Amino acid sequence: MGLDFTVVPEYFGILFLGMGWTIAITIGAGLLSFFGGIVFAVIALYGHWVIRLPFRLLAWLFMGTPLLLQLFLIYFGLIEVGIDLPAFIAGVIGLGLHFAVYNSELIQASILAVDKGQYEGARTLGLSRGQTLRRIVIPQAVRAVIPPMGNNMIALLKDSALVSVIGVAELTLAAQQAISRTYRPFEFYIAAAACYYVINLCLEAGLRRLERRIAASR
Amino acid sequence: MDTDLMIRVYPFFIEAAYVTVQLSVLTCLLGLACGTLGAMARLSRLAPIRWIAATYVSLFRGTPALIQIFILYFGGPQIGINLDSFAAGTIALGVNIGAYMTETIRGAIISVDRGQAEASRTLGMSRAQTMRKVILPQAARMMIRPLGVNINALIKGTALVAPISVIELTYTAQRFIGSTYKPFEMFLLAGILYMIIIYVVGQGIKWLDRRAQIV
Repeated sequence: MGLDFTVVPEYFGILFLGMGWTIAITIGAGLLSFFGGIVFAVIALYGHWVIRLPFRLLAWLFMGTPLLLQLFLIYFGLIEVGIDLPAFIAGVIGLGLHFAVYNSELIQASILAVDKGQYEGARTLGLSRGQTLRRIVIPQAVRAVIPPMGNNMIALLKDSALVSVIGVAELTLAAQQAISRTYRPFEFYIAAAACYYVINLCLEAGLRRLERRIAASR
Repeated sequence: MDTDLMIRVYPFFIEAAYVTVQLSVLTCLLGLACGTLGAMARLSRLAPIRWIAATYVSLFRGTPALIQIFILYFGGPQIGINLDSFAAGTIALGVNIGAYMTETIRGAIISVDRGQAEASRTLGMSRAQTMRKVILPQAARMMIRPLGVNINALIKGTALVAPISVIELTYTAQRFIGSTYKPFEMFLLAGILYMIIIYVVGQGIKWLDRRAQIV
Protein backbone atom coordinates (compact mmCIF):
# COMPACT_ATOMS: atom_id res chain seq x y z
CA MET A 1 0.00 0.00 0.00
CA GLY A 2 1.57 3.26 -1.10
CA LEU A 3 1.14 6.61 0.55
CA ASP A 4 -1.79 8.83 -0.35
CA PHE A 5 -2.07 12.09 1.53
CA THR A 6 -5.07 13.23 -0.53
CA VAL A 7 -7.40 11.42 1.89
CA VAL A 8 -6.31 13.68 4.74
CA PRO A 9 -8.27 16.85 3.79
CA GLU A 10 -11.51 14.88 3.91
CA TYR A 11 -10.97 14.42 7.64
CA PHE A 12 -9.88 17.97 8.44
CA GLY A 13 -13.09 18.43 10.44
CA ILE A 14 -12.27 15.59 12.83
CA LEU A 15 -8.65 16.67 13.13
CA PHE A 16 -9.54 20.30 13.84
CA LEU A 17 -12.02 19.23 16.49
CA GLY A 18 -9.28 17.07 18.03
CA MET A 19 -6.91 20.02 17.90
CA GLY A 20 -9.49 22.10 19.77
CA TRP A 21 -9.67 19.49 22.52
CA THR A 22 -5.89 19.25 22.68
CA ILE A 23 -5.69 23.01 23.15
CA ALA A 24 -8.49 22.92 25.76
CA ILE A 25 -6.72 20.17 27.73
CA THR A 26 -3.41 21.99 27.54
CA ILE A 27 -4.98 25.21 28.84
CA GLY A 28 -6.98 23.46 31.57
CA ALA A 29 -4.11 21.29 32.75
CA GLY A 30 -1.71 24.23 32.33
CA LEU A 31 -3.78 26.42 34.66
CA LEU A 32 -4.14 23.59 37.17
CA SER A 33 -0.39 22.93 37.08
CA PHE A 34 0.35 26.64 37.55
CA PHE A 35 -1.89 27.27 40.55
CA GLY A 36 -1.43 23.75 41.90
CA GLY A 37 2.33 24.29 41.68
CA ILE A 38 2.07 27.43 43.81
CA VAL A 39 -0.14 25.71 46.40
CA PHE A 40 2.13 22.65 46.55
CA ALA A 41 5.20 24.88 46.93
CA VAL A 42 3.66 26.83 49.83
CA ILE A 43 2.59 23.60 51.54
CA ALA A 44 6.02 22.07 51.06
CA LEU A 45 7.76 25.11 52.55
CA TYR A 46 5.37 26.38 55.19
CA GLY A 47 2.85 23.60 55.84
CA HIS A 48 2.51 21.71 59.10
CA TRP A 49 4.42 18.44 58.88
CA VAL A 50 1.16 16.46 59.09
CA ILE A 51 0.20 17.82 55.65
CA ARG A 52 3.74 18.27 54.40
CA LEU A 53 4.74 14.62 54.74
CA PRO A 54 1.96 13.12 52.59
CA PHE A 55 2.60 15.84 50.00
CA ARG A 56 6.29 15.00 49.96
CA LEU A 57 5.39 11.34 49.39
CA LEU A 58 2.94 12.25 46.63
CA ALA A 59 5.49 14.48 44.90
CA TRP A 60 8.09 11.72 45.13
CA LEU A 61 5.64 9.20 43.61
CA PHE A 62 4.65 11.57 40.81
CA MET A 63 8.23 12.37 39.86
CA GLY A 64 9.42 8.78 39.97
CA THR A 65 6.74 7.09 37.87
CA PRO A 66 5.56 7.50 34.25
CA LEU A 67 2.70 9.88 33.50
CA LEU A 68 0.85 7.16 31.60
CA LEU A 69 0.76 4.97 34.71
CA GLN A 70 -0.53 7.92 36.75
CA LEU A 71 -3.29 8.56 34.23
CA PHE A 72 -4.44 4.94 34.57
CA LEU A 73 -4.38 5.29 38.36
CA ILE A 74 -6.39 8.51 38.38
CA TYR A 75 -8.92 7.41 35.78
CA PHE A 76 -9.58 3.91 37.13
CA GLY A 77 -8.86 4.83 40.75
CA LEU A 78 -11.55 7.51 40.77
CA ILE A 79 -14.06 5.07 39.28
CA GLU A 80 -13.04 2.55 41.95
CA VAL A 81 -13.85 4.96 44.81
CA GLY A 82 -17.15 5.81 43.16
CA ILE A 83 -16.29 9.06 41.37
CA ASP A 84 -17.13 8.60 37.71
CA LEU A 85 -15.62 11.63 36.01
CA PRO A 86 -15.68 12.22 32.26
CA ALA A 87 -12.39 11.16 30.66
CA PHE A 88 -11.65 14.79 29.76
CA ILE A 89 -11.79 15.94 33.40
CA ALA A 90 -9.76 12.93 34.58
CA GLY A 91 -7.18 13.73 31.89
CA VAL A 92 -6.97 17.39 32.92
CA ILE A 93 -6.57 16.42 36.59
CA GLY A 94 -3.92 13.80 35.83
CA LEU A 95 -1.86 16.00 33.52
CA GLY A 96 -2.36 19.06 35.73
CA LEU A 97 -1.28 17.35 38.95
CA HIS A 98 1.70 15.71 37.27
CA PHE A 99 3.05 19.03 36.06
CA ALA A 100 2.01 20.85 39.26
CA VAL A 101 4.56 18.70 41.08
CA TYR A 102 7.29 19.70 38.63
CA ASN A 103 6.27 23.39 38.80
CA SER A 104 6.21 23.19 42.59
CA GLU A 105 9.87 22.15 42.66
CA LEU A 106 10.77 25.21 40.57
CA ILE A 107 8.66 27.58 42.65
CA GLN A 108 10.01 26.26 45.96
CA ALA A 109 13.58 27.01 44.91
CA SER A 110 12.48 30.40 43.65
CA ILE A 111 10.63 31.32 46.87
CA LEU A 112 13.74 30.50 48.88
CA ALA A 113 15.78 32.69 46.53
CA VAL A 114 13.60 35.79 47.09
CA ASP A 115 15.63 38.28 49.11
CA LYS A 116 15.00 37.96 52.85
CA GLY A 117 14.77 41.74 53.08
CA GLN A 118 11.56 41.65 51.06
CA TYR A 119 9.95 39.44 53.67
CA GLU A 120 11.28 41.43 56.60
CA GLY A 121 10.27 44.73 55.01
CA ALA A 122 6.71 43.57 54.41
CA ARG A 123 6.38 42.23 57.95
CA THR A 124 7.76 45.50 59.36
CA LEU A 125 5.13 47.42 57.38
CA GLY A 126 2.46 45.47 59.24
CA LEU A 127 1.51 42.81 56.68
CA SER A 128 0.58 39.44 58.11
CA ARG A 129 2.52 36.28 57.21
CA GLY A 130 -0.15 35.23 54.72
CA GLN A 131 -0.32 38.69 53.14
CA THR A 132 3.46 38.84 52.84
CA LEU A 133 3.54 35.52 51.05
CA ARG A 134 0.58 36.27 48.80
CA ARG A 135 1.39 39.84 47.83
CA ILE A 136 5.16 40.15 48.10
CA VAL A 137 7.05 36.86 48.00
CA ILE A 138 5.02 34.64 45.66
CA PRO A 139 4.56 37.19 42.84
CA GLN A 140 8.32 37.74 42.70
CA ALA A 141 9.09 34.04 42.99
CA VAL A 142 6.65 33.03 40.25
CA ARG A 143 7.84 35.73 37.89
CA ALA A 144 11.40 34.44 38.16
CA VAL A 145 10.43 30.91 37.11
CA ILE A 146 8.21 31.76 34.12
CA PRO A 147 10.85 30.60 31.58
CA PRO A 148 11.39 27.11 33.07
CA MET A 149 7.65 26.77 33.72
CA GLY A 150 7.19 27.58 30.04
CA ASN A 151 9.31 24.55 29.21
CA ASN A 152 7.00 22.47 31.38
CA MET A 153 4.01 23.87 29.44
CA ILE A 154 5.60 22.70 26.17
CA ALA A 155 6.17 19.26 27.69
CA LEU A 156 2.55 19.29 28.87
CA LEU A 157 1.28 20.01 25.37
CA LYS A 158 3.15 17.02 23.98
CA ASP A 159 2.19 14.76 26.87
CA SER A 160 -1.47 15.64 26.34
CA ALA A 161 -1.30 12.98 23.57
CA LEU A 162 -1.25 10.41 26.39
CA VAL A 163 -4.81 11.13 27.48
CA SER A 164 -5.97 9.49 24.24
CA VAL A 165 -5.39 6.13 25.97
CA ILE A 166 -8.07 6.89 28.57
CA GLY A 167 -10.44 7.88 25.78
CA VAL A 168 -10.26 11.67 25.53
CA ALA A 169 -11.14 12.60 21.94
CA GLU A 170 -8.15 14.89 21.42
CA LEU A 171 -5.87 15.10 18.40
CA THR A 172 -4.25 11.66 18.76
CA LEU A 173 -7.58 9.90 19.19
CA ALA A 174 -9.05 11.98 16.34
CA ALA A 175 -6.26 10.70 14.10
CA GLN A 176 -7.04 7.15 15.26
CA GLN A 177 -10.71 7.64 14.37
CA ALA A 178 -9.76 8.75 10.89
CA ILE A 179 -7.40 5.77 10.61
CA SER A 180 -10.09 3.30 11.63
CA ARG A 181 -12.13 4.48 8.64
CA THR A 182 -9.36 4.81 6.05
CA TYR A 183 -6.69 2.32 7.22
CA ARG A 184 -4.04 4.92 6.55
CA PRO A 185 -2.07 5.26 9.81
CA PHE A 186 1.05 6.79 8.29
CA GLU A 187 -0.76 9.70 6.65
CA PHE A 188 -2.93 10.57 9.63
CA TYR A 189 -0.26 10.25 12.32
CA ILE A 190 1.97 12.49 10.21
CA ALA A 191 -0.94 14.93 9.92
CA ALA A 192 -1.43 14.81 13.70
CA ALA A 193 2.30 15.33 14.24
CA ALA A 194 2.16 18.38 11.97
CA CYS A 195 -0.75 19.78 14.00
CA TYR A 196 1.15 19.29 17.25
CA TYR A 197 4.19 20.92 15.72
CA VAL A 198 2.18 23.98 14.71
CA ILE A 199 0.54 24.33 18.15
CA ASN A 200 3.98 23.91 19.68
CA LEU A 201 5.44 26.70 17.53
CA CYS A 202 2.56 29.03 18.53
CA LEU A 203 3.03 28.18 22.20
CA GLU A 204 6.78 28.78 21.99
CA ALA A 205 6.24 32.15 20.29
CA GLY A 206 3.70 33.12 22.96
CA LEU A 207 6.05 32.13 25.77
CA ARG A 208 8.91 34.11 24.23
CA ARG A 209 6.71 37.21 24.13
CA LEU A 210 5.66 36.68 27.72
CA GLU A 211 9.29 36.34 28.79
CA ARG A 212 10.25 39.53 26.97
CA ARG A 213 7.41 41.43 28.63
CA ILE A 214 8.43 40.19 32.06
CA ALA A 215 12.05 41.07 31.40
CA ALA A 216 10.98 44.57 30.29
CA SER A 217 8.80 45.16 33.36
CA ARG A 218 11.69 44.50 35.73
CA MET B 1 -5.35 -2.89 50.34
CA ASP B 2 -5.42 -6.38 48.86
CA THR B 3 -1.95 -7.66 49.73
CA ASP B 4 -2.82 -11.27 48.86
CA LEU B 5 -3.55 -10.24 45.31
CA MET B 6 -0.35 -8.20 45.15
CA ILE B 7 1.70 -11.19 46.28
CA ARG B 8 -0.01 -13.34 43.70
CA VAL B 9 0.61 -11.05 40.72
CA TYR B 10 4.03 -9.62 41.58
CA PRO B 11 5.99 -12.24 39.58
CA PHE B 12 4.36 -10.85 36.44
CA PHE B 13 5.54 -7.38 37.41
CA ILE B 14 9.09 -8.58 38.00
CA GLU B 15 9.12 -10.10 34.53
CA ALA B 16 7.71 -6.88 33.10
CA ALA B 17 10.37 -4.87 34.94
CA TYR B 18 13.04 -6.85 33.03
CA VAL B 19 11.42 -5.75 29.79
CA THR B 20 11.39 -2.14 31.02
CA VAL B 21 15.10 -2.43 31.88
CA GLN B 22 15.88 -3.91 28.45
CA LEU B 23 13.91 -1.14 26.76
CA SER B 24 15.70 1.48 28.85
CA VAL B 25 19.19 0.15 28.10
CA LEU B 26 18.63 -0.22 24.35
CA THR B 27 16.87 3.14 24.09
CA CYS B 28 19.68 4.78 26.02
CA LEU B 29 22.41 3.31 23.77
CA LEU B 30 20.54 4.30 20.60
CA GLY B 31 19.85 7.74 22.08
CA LEU B 32 23.52 8.29 22.93
CA ALA B 33 24.52 7.26 19.40
CA CYS B 34 21.95 9.60 17.82
CA GLY B 35 22.84 12.33 20.30
CA THR B 36 26.57 12.14 19.61
CA LEU B 37 26.08 12.10 15.84
CA GLY B 38 23.51 14.86 16.13
CA ALA B 39 25.78 17.05 18.24
CA MET B 40 28.69 16.57 15.80
CA ALA B 41 26.39 17.45 12.92
CA ARG B 42 25.06 20.51 14.76
CA LEU B 43 28.68 21.71 15.12
CA SER B 44 29.70 20.80 11.57
CA ARG B 45 31.43 23.29 9.27
CA LEU B 46 29.02 22.38 6.47
CA ALA B 47 25.79 24.36 6.64
CA PRO B 48 23.51 21.68 5.10
CA ILE B 49 24.61 19.14 7.72
CA ARG B 50 23.90 21.68 10.44
CA TRP B 51 20.43 22.28 8.98
CA ILE B 52 19.62 18.58 8.82
CA ALA B 53 20.62 18.14 12.46
CA ALA B 54 18.65 21.23 13.55
CA THR B 55 15.58 19.93 11.71
CA TYR B 56 15.97 16.53 13.36
CA VAL B 57 16.09 18.12 16.81
CA SER B 58 13.20 20.47 16.13
CA LEU B 59 10.87 17.84 14.64
CA PHE B 60 11.50 15.17 17.26
CA ARG B 61 11.31 17.57 20.18
CA GLY B 62 8.34 19.41 18.72
CA THR B 63 5.96 16.45 18.43
CA PRO B 64 4.77 13.89 20.99
CA ALA B 65 6.91 10.77 21.39
CA LEU B 66 3.71 8.70 21.40
CA ILE B 67 2.88 9.89 17.87
CA GLN B 68 6.41 9.08 16.72
CA ILE B 69 6.00 5.54 18.05
CA PHE B 70 2.65 5.21 16.28
CA ILE B 71 4.06 6.49 12.98
CA LEU B 72 6.83 3.88 13.03
CA TYR B 73 4.76 0.97 14.34
CA PHE B 74 1.42 1.48 12.57
CA GLY B 75 2.60 3.55 9.61
CA GLY B 76 5.88 1.72 9.02
CA PRO B 77 4.37 -1.21 7.10
CA GLN B 78 2.95 1.24 4.53
CA ILE B 79 6.47 2.30 3.59
CA GLY B 80 7.90 -1.22 3.83
CA ILE B 81 9.17 -1.13 7.43
CA ASN B 82 7.78 -4.12 9.30
CA LEU B 83 8.90 -4.17 12.92
CA ASP B 84 7.52 -5.94 15.95
CA SER B 85 6.26 -3.72 18.74
CA PHE B 86 9.39 -4.04 20.90
CA ALA B 87 11.73 -3.07 18.05
CA ALA B 88 9.49 -0.25 16.83
CA GLY B 89 9.12 1.12 20.36
CA THR B 90 12.85 0.97 21.07
CA ILE B 91 13.84 2.62 17.80
CA ALA B 92 11.23 5.38 18.02
CA LEU B 93 12.06 6.14 21.67
CA GLY B 94 15.81 6.01 21.03
CA VAL B 95 15.67 8.41 18.10
CA ASN B 96 13.35 10.66 20.12
CA ILE B 97 15.58 10.84 23.21
CA GLY B 98 18.55 11.24 20.83
CA ALA B 99 17.14 14.63 19.82
CA TYR B 100 17.19 15.75 23.46
CA MET B 101 20.64 14.26 23.99
CA THR B 102 21.90 16.08 20.89
CA GLU B 103 21.24 19.37 22.65
CA THR B 104 22.72 18.14 25.94
CA ILE B 105 25.94 16.95 24.28
CA ARG B 106 26.21 20.04 22.11
CA GLY B 107 25.74 22.21 25.18
CA ALA B 108 28.60 20.45 26.97
CA ILE B 109 30.90 20.72 23.95
CA ILE B 110 30.36 24.44 23.43
CA SER B 111 30.83 25.08 27.14
CA VAL B 112 34.48 23.98 26.86
CA ASP B 113 36.64 27.09 26.83
CA ARG B 114 37.41 28.37 23.33
CA GLY B 115 41.06 28.79 24.20
CA GLN B 116 41.42 25.01 24.46
CA ALA B 117 40.52 24.53 20.79
CA GLU B 118 42.58 27.49 19.66
CA ALA B 119 45.65 26.29 21.56
CA SER B 120 45.38 22.74 20.18
CA ARG B 121 45.03 24.04 16.64
CA THR B 122 48.04 26.31 17.14
CA LEU B 123 50.01 23.30 18.35
CA GLY B 124 49.36 21.70 14.97
CA MET B 125 46.52 19.30 15.80
CA SER B 126 43.86 18.73 13.17
CA ARG B 127 40.22 19.65 13.82
CA ALA B 128 39.33 16.00 14.39
CA GLN B 129 42.28 15.46 16.71
CA THR B 130 41.37 18.58 18.68
CA MET B 131 37.83 17.32 19.09
CA ARG B 132 38.85 13.79 20.04
CA LYS B 133 41.81 14.46 22.29
CA VAL B 134 41.12 17.85 23.84
CA ILE B 135 37.49 18.95 23.64
CA LEU B 136 35.54 15.70 24.08
CA PRO B 137 37.38 14.44 27.20
CA GLN B 138 36.61 17.74 28.92
CA ALA B 139 33.04 17.93 27.63
CA ALA B 140 32.34 14.31 28.63
CA ARG B 141 32.78 15.25 32.27
CA MET B 142 30.30 18.08 32.02
CA MET B 143 27.62 16.12 30.21
CA ILE B 144 27.25 13.27 32.74
CA ARG B 145 24.79 15.08 34.99
CA PRO B 146 22.53 16.60 32.28
CA LEU B 147 22.56 13.27 30.40
CA GLY B 148 21.42 11.74 33.69
CA VAL B 149 18.35 13.96 33.50
CA ASN B 150 17.68 12.71 29.94
CA ILE B 151 18.11 9.10 31.05
CA ASN B 152 15.73 9.58 33.97
CA ALA B 153 13.13 10.92 31.51
CA LEU B 154 13.71 8.06 29.07
CA ILE B 155 13.17 5.39 31.73
CA LYS B 156 9.75 6.88 32.49
CA GLY B 157 9.25 7.37 28.76
CA THR B 158 9.48 3.62 28.12
CA ALA B 159 5.88 3.49 29.44
CA LEU B 160 4.85 4.96 26.07
CA VAL B 161 5.26 1.60 24.37
CA ALA B 162 2.39 0.21 26.47
CA PRO B 163 -0.22 1.42 23.92
CA ILE B 164 1.46 -0.69 21.21
CA SER B 165 1.26 -3.72 23.55
CA VAL B 166 4.86 -4.24 24.59
CA ILE B 167 4.47 -6.22 27.79
CA GLU B 168 6.43 -3.89 30.09
CA LEU B 169 5.53 -2.46 33.51
CA THR B 170 2.83 0.02 32.55
CA TYR B 171 1.16 -2.41 30.14
CA THR B 172 1.17 -5.09 32.84
CA ALA B 173 -0.32 -2.68 35.39
CA GLN B 174 -2.97 -1.64 32.88
CA ARG B 175 -3.87 -5.23 32.09
CA PHE B 176 -4.18 -6.18 35.75
CA ILE B 177 -6.22 -3.07 36.54
CA GLY B 178 -8.59 -4.18 33.81
CA SER B 179 -8.91 -7.74 35.09
CA THR B 180 -8.86 -7.17 38.88
CA TYR B 181 -10.30 -3.63 39.29
CA LYS B 182 -7.57 -2.84 41.81
CA PRO B 183 -5.91 0.29 40.38
CA PHE B 184 -4.11 1.36 43.59
CA GLU B 185 -2.47 -1.99 44.22
CA MET B 186 -1.31 -2.33 40.61
CA PHE B 187 -0.06 1.26 40.54
CA LEU B 188 1.91 0.62 43.71
CA LEU B 189 3.55 -2.54 42.34
CA ALA B 190 4.57 -0.93 39.07
CA GLY B 191 5.46 2.37 40.75
CA ILE B 192 7.81 0.77 43.27
CA LEU B 193 9.63 -1.12 40.50
CA TYR B 194 10.00 2.06 38.40
CA MET B 195 11.39 3.88 41.41
CA ILE B 196 13.88 1.12 42.13
CA ILE B 197 15.12 1.21 38.51
CA ILE B 198 15.36 5.00 38.55
CA TYR B 199 17.08 5.01 41.95
CA VAL B 200 19.72 2.48 40.91
CA VAL B 201 20.43 4.29 37.64
CA GLY B 202 20.53 7.61 39.47
CA GLN B 203 23.10 6.27 41.95
CA GLY B 204 25.18 4.93 39.05
CA ILE B 205 25.17 8.33 37.36
CA LYS B 206 26.11 10.08 40.62
CA TRP B 207 29.00 7.64 41.05
CA LEU B 208 30.20 8.27 37.48
CA ASP B 209 29.88 12.02 37.98
CA ARG B 210 31.91 11.94 41.19
CA ARG B 211 34.65 9.85 39.62
CA ALA B 212 34.81 12.10 36.60
CA GLN B 213 35.21 15.20 38.76
CA ILE B 214 38.17 13.90 40.81
CA VAL B 215 40.39 13.24 37.77
